[in-house]
Amino acid sequence: MNAVAQTNDLATQVCELDFIPEHGGVCALVEGQQVAVFKLGGKVLAIDNYDPFSEAYVLSRGIVGDLKGQLVIASPVYKQHFNLETGVCLEDEEVTLKTWETEVVDGIVYVKH
Amino acid sequence: MKNAKILEPDAPISANKEKQTVVVIGNGMVGHKFIEQLQEAKAAGQGDYEIITFCEEPLLAYDRVHLSEYFGGKSADDLSLVTPGFYEDNGIKVLLNEKATGIDRDAKTVTGSQGTVVEYDKLVMATGSYPFVPPVPGKERDDVFVYRTIDDLDQMMECSKRGKVGVVVGGGLLGLEAANALKNLGLEAHVVEFAPGLMGVQLDQGGSDMLRTKIEELGVQVHTSKNTQQIVDGDDCTHRMEFADGTSLETDMIVFSAGIRPQDELAREFGLEIGERGGIIIDDNCITSDPNVYAIGECALYDNMIYGLVAPGYAMAQAAVDHITGSLKSTFAGADMSTKLKLLGVDVCSIGDAHCRTEGAQAYTFVDETAQTYKKLVVDADKKRVLGAVLVGDGDAYGNLLQMKLNDMDLPETPEALILPSVDGEAAAGLGVDALPDTAQICSCNNVTKGDLCSAIASGCTDMGQLKDCTKAATACGGCAALTKQVLDNELEKQGIEVDKSICEHFAYTRQELEHIIRVEKIKTFTELMEKHGEGHGCDICKPTVGSILASTWNEYVLKPQHSVLQDTNDRALANMQKNGTYSVVPRVPGGEITPDKLIVLGEVAKKYNLYTKITGGQRIDLFGAQLHELPLIWEELIAAGFETGQAYGKSVRTVKSCVGSTWCRYGVQDSVGMAIFIEERYKGLRSPHKLKFAVSGCTRECAEAQSKDVGVIATENGWNLYVSGNGGMKPRHADLIASDLDDETLIKYIDRYLMFYIRTADRLQRTSVWTENLEGGVDYIREVVCEDSLGIGAELEEQMELIVDTFQCEWKTTVEDPERRKHFQHFVNSKETDSNIKWVDERGQIRPAQKTELEAEV
Ligand code: SRM
Ligand SMILES: Cc1cc2nc3c(=O)[nH]c(=O)nc-3n(C[C@H](O)[C@H](O)[C@H](O)COP(=O)(O)OP(=O)(O)OC[C@H]3O[C@@H](n4cnc5c(N)ncnc54)[C@H](O)[C@@H]3O)c2cc1C
Ligand code: SF4
Ligand code: FES
Repeated sequence: MNAVAQTNDLATQVCELDFIPEHGGVCALVEGQQVAVFKLGGKVLAIDNYDPFSEAYVLSRGIVGDLKGQLVIASPVYKQHFNLETGVCLEDEEVTLKTWETEVVDGIVYVKH
Repeated sequence: MKNAKILEPDAPISANKEKQTVVVIGNGMVGHKFIEQLQEAKAAGQGDYEIITFCEEPLLAYDRVHLSEYFGGKSADDLSLVTPGFYEDNGIKVLLNEKATGIDRDAKTVTGSQGTVVEYDKLVMATGSYPFVPPVPGKERDDVFVYRTIDDLDQMMECSKRGKVGVVVGGGLLGLEAANALKNLGLEAHVVEFAPGLMGVQLDQGGSDMLRTKIEELGVQVHTSKNTQQIVDGDDCTHRMEFADGTSLETDMIVFSAGIRPQDELAREFGLEIGERGGIIIDDNCITSDPNVYAIGECALYDNMIYGLVAPGYAMAQAAVDHITGSLKSTFAGADMSTKLKLLGVDVCSIGDAHCRTEGAQAYTFVDETAQTYKKLVVDADKKRVLGAVLVGDGDAYGNLLQMKLNDMDLPETPEALILPSVDGEAAAGLGVDALPDTAQICSCNNVTKGDLCSAIASGCTDMGQLKDCTKAATACGGCAALTKQVLDNELEKQGIEVDKSICEHFAYTRQELEHIIRVEKIKTFTELMEKHGEGHGCDICKPTVGSILASTWNEYVLKPQHSVLQDTNDRALANMQKNGTYSVVPRVPGGEITPDKLIVLGEVAKKYNLYTKITGGQRIDLFGAQLHELPLIWEELIAAGFETGQAYGKSVRTVKSCVGSTWCRYGVQDSVGMAIFIEERYKGLRSPHKLKFAVSGCTRECAEAQSKDVGVIATENGWNLYVSGNGGMKPRHADLIASDLDDETLIKYIDRYLMFYIRTADRLQRTSVWTENLEGGVDYIREVVCEDSLGIGAELEEQMELIVDTFQCEWKTTVEDPERRKHFQHFVNSKETDSNIKWVDERGQIRPAQKTELEAEV
């Protein structure tokens, strides 16, 4: 409930909300970890940038959208889909990525730790 | 049982004259089928029959075809072919565990091993066959088996617990199946074959070689040209097999699978006519030399042939039933011995004249060593009819080819297309199922014709499950499943039942329809299209498709924010993403012509950014290993040196390959380099449903390989010949000549029209080759549209192309000049750091991505 004013031990500043185009993504460095942050349907969603199938750090460069009612990111390498809200892979439910909470304060996007 | 005429020994009772008594010797697959069919006829009022069957085995009929699954955990019950209660409920008497041992054809009685005597009006021999064991000294040793009954399998299973190694003698179809069984039992499996190749009956040498490679890879060792001389005690194992060539092999278990022989002992003994090499001789009604005795299945010899497959056996059973009931609906006229099997998981198919023995026969062979597939198509002298085929590793074409053979159908103009692999999931070129006659047998196991399928579909079977339940098609060997599905889809489509062709869940349209909507309604963004015609947020199928259509139609900068999020992986970074998340850079080199100065720049840039450098197959140079943030820096330098983007990343125009042509070459008749550069400059940047490649050759020697390109141009004394819709890649296609001796202007006009017509009507990710194959009317239609303007849209197509040509921009130039856009070329949006996970190692003096093992070694 307290507005996060800047990067602190609770959250890391990503960028201005306007910098991310609708349906676009960026990659943020959060406490040494790579996080992919997307703007989709009025939400700001964050998930690991790591693609476990190609083992490359690239998810922020994939295409977002929805499949059967779930908001998803498609890996830019081999096109597996990950649910942006739960991190679960649609093609292989054994694989789950970490999702991150986000917050927008004064037009700035933050990823919470 | 009231009516049963099971007689005590020495007390024969005369037959009940109201009913005919039918006695069946052998309750195997075919004997049982016969009884089912006769019972069905009886239920349908075609006579009254008393049915009695001798069953030598302790079990009622079971599915021998799937016998091996017994090792995989199926029980005898699972394999049973008998619906529980079938014999009891219908009053059919089974003499289980009783072998028929005597026949008195005058008294018309059969005697069993337990002393039972039965009278018959009609006798049916369905005694099957037995495995042939060659007379090798030592064959009578313990732990030497054959592979035919559940009992054999029980014994093998027991033996496998005692040993480590198993050998199958015989590399035919059953031998390989037995070898797989040994492997599944945990033994080191070997196959010993007398002949030089596996499955010599069904396969030619090439198919047999490919099969061997595959089987050896699966861990079964194959020994061909081995003649077993004797089996003696082994040193490390139970047996040692000694071969004629002096070699030997030690093993704990031996399974003979060296062929089958008809079980005609009883028939022989009691005077039925037997073929020279065995088998009970039958006629078209399956009647033997005694008019009251029939023979069906593997014990029967028809026209000098033993049919060692279940489908012909079933057809014989039906013919015998039809004769007994007097319906005479069917006779047996021989059967097609084509087979489709999965041996050790490998598709193996053989159709008709696999060995190309027919006079004048010609063959097409396609071998893919990487995918390990072997396909051979044998056609007649006129290339009009299929005579035979061999498929190993990929049996998809089986259904099509078999139907074409069985129905004597005309081959397409390029028969080889029938065995060439398909690209992008498109169906292989083949026959439309629509062309099949209603009488075409689709499922040979259960004798289901196309007509049967169609009427089931018409009466409401609208998915495969229902159709299988209702017709029994595809429920036995499964070989006909693909074709059954094709008939289903085709019928549904004809009935106007919607076969969903939407590109994805967000748009209920095909790519062609979306193209039309965008062009006609002048839609400029994905959002607008979604608002008017779609639903949801979109996905990785519709976004790139729409992105591509917008680009082909309006040609705006693809990285405008609203377009950038639509672009597929490569387009989004204007570079090809590599396996580790870095990119490759491919500047355009029109026609492959490059100055020394430009070469030097490429070298310098590559050196400065430490990029791996390679000459591509498209006559240009690829620089690999650039990180996202380096791309604008690299391009800044390249652009300053006069380079432009090569769009190697896009579904767009790639390269125009050229030969040196008349300027230098002593044979050249036109300036092929000049024309190639002109073409590349004209169409560069054009986005399309799939990539587009061109080539221009300076004379008929064709050094630029133009006939393998989407658009190929070959110089003549009088101008240019235009070829279209060629393809290299996964499924090569020779381009077709659509116009000859064109002047420069007409050549360009035709190419404009051709390309735009393709862009307007193709599916997503469909190369021009597949588009052409699928287009009704094919190349002739294209020729009419392009060269004769039959649709009257020539001018419109040219105009659309003109717009693309006029609005070309180098997307990399636009990008490096736009500071806002450049901000998106950084790994982290909130840090200047780069991706620390990218690691290189040195190979032949250049970098390459480190492999996982190398990374682990480093830690
Ligand atoms: C770099 C190059 C190989 C080389 O080192 O020579 C290459 C590399 C790739 N090819 Fe290719 N192809 C290259 C020439 C070819 C050729 C030869 C030619 O163009 O003369 C062919 C056969 C001709 C043809 O296309 O008909 C060829 C047939 C394919 C195919 C199969 C297409 C088909 O219709 O079957 C694919 C897969 C696809 O596009 O779906 C493919 C896909 C690819 C991709 C894009 C694979 C991928 O998705 O990542 C590779 C990208 C490499 C990169 O990151 O830069 N590449 N590729 C060649 C680039 C030529 C250029 O200068 O642009
Ligand atoms: C492992 C294996 C895999 C196979 N795979 C395929 C395949 O994929 N596709 C295919 O089409 N075919 C396959 N076959 C062949 C197929 O099983 C036979 O074609 C089919 O079983 C023949 O049926 P049948 O009734 O003529 O003979 P069988 O099924 O052998 O039945 C004959 C029966 O008669 C009994 N009998 C014999 N003499 C007497 C007597 N005097 N008194 C009483 N009973 C007697 C026998 O004990 C036996 O039970 C395979 C066979 C085997 C062994
Ligand atoms: S195609 Fe003809 S002109 Fe071109 S290089 Fe070959 S021989 Fe010379
Ligand atoms: S052909 Fe064997 S199941 Fe249809």
